[in-house]
Amino acid sequence: LKLVDMSQNPSAPPAVERWFESSLESVDLAEEAVVEFARGHGLDEDGQHGLGMAVRESMVNAVVHGNKYSSERRVRMLLTRDGQSLRIQIRDEGDGFNPTKVADPLAPENLLKQSGRGMLLIRAFVDEFSIEKAEPKGTEVTLVKRLP
Amino acid sequence: VSLKLETRQVGDVVVVDADGRITLGEGAILFRDKLAQLREKGDLKILLNLGGVSYLDSSGLGELVSGYNAILAEDGILKLMGLNRRLQDLLQITKLYTVFEVFEDEAEALRSF
Repeated sequence: LKLVDMSQNPSAPPAVERWFESSLESVDLAEEAVVEFARGHGLDEDGQHGLGMAVRESMVNAVVHGNKYSSERRVRMLLTRDGQSLRIQIRDEGDGFNPTKVADPLAPENLLKQSGRGMLLIRAFVDEFSIEKAEPKGTEVTLVKRLP
Repeated sequence: VSLKLETRQVGDVVVVDADGRITLGEGAILFRDKLAQLREKGDLKILLNLGGVSYLDSSGLGELVSGYNAILAEDGILKLMGLNRRLQDLLQITKLYTVFEVFEDEAEALRSF
């Protein structure tokens, strides 16, 4: 874990680790934590909102699709400042996820579908987004937002 | 309560004034139920005023699309007004601006039905 130079904003923690139950309340809590972290590191209001939404969508995926609301599975969120970027890692304990199976929500035949827009929104609001299989199980997504 | 929904009848159009968040959970459920109630009453010309909506996530967008589809299936129409800049951006990102008719002005929106 690479921690940061605290001289830029001594009051903002360089790294925050949080564990969440698999509940919808956790989605709100994670979003609030990220917005606060981003504000502390100088991200502007629009950036905070967008990053918050990307984290919300990632948490929904982890809680609903990954952990399937199981009380025995948790979600880990790690927030770090890495140079001029904020890095958010969200890991569930689910059975894995194949992103290639998600239909393109912008294809004309999918525009009127009710679901399938979460990853589109995540990608829209961060600078980098990746999905990896976690060990020993689950899925970890990494979101990177560059600071101005 | 994360979302308040109030309805007004203006001619043969029902205006739904939404205030709050339409996100996964309570907000999305309240929104879905309100549109279903209106359909059951036979109110099929709906103008959804999102002027007070501060936040929509993918679930909220999904409910919007689902409600639109259900009303369209009964030969009705759902139109939108009052979107703030962030909601307009969401419709751009998701290309849903190609689906919905969106208005800034209520009188103009009402005339369009």
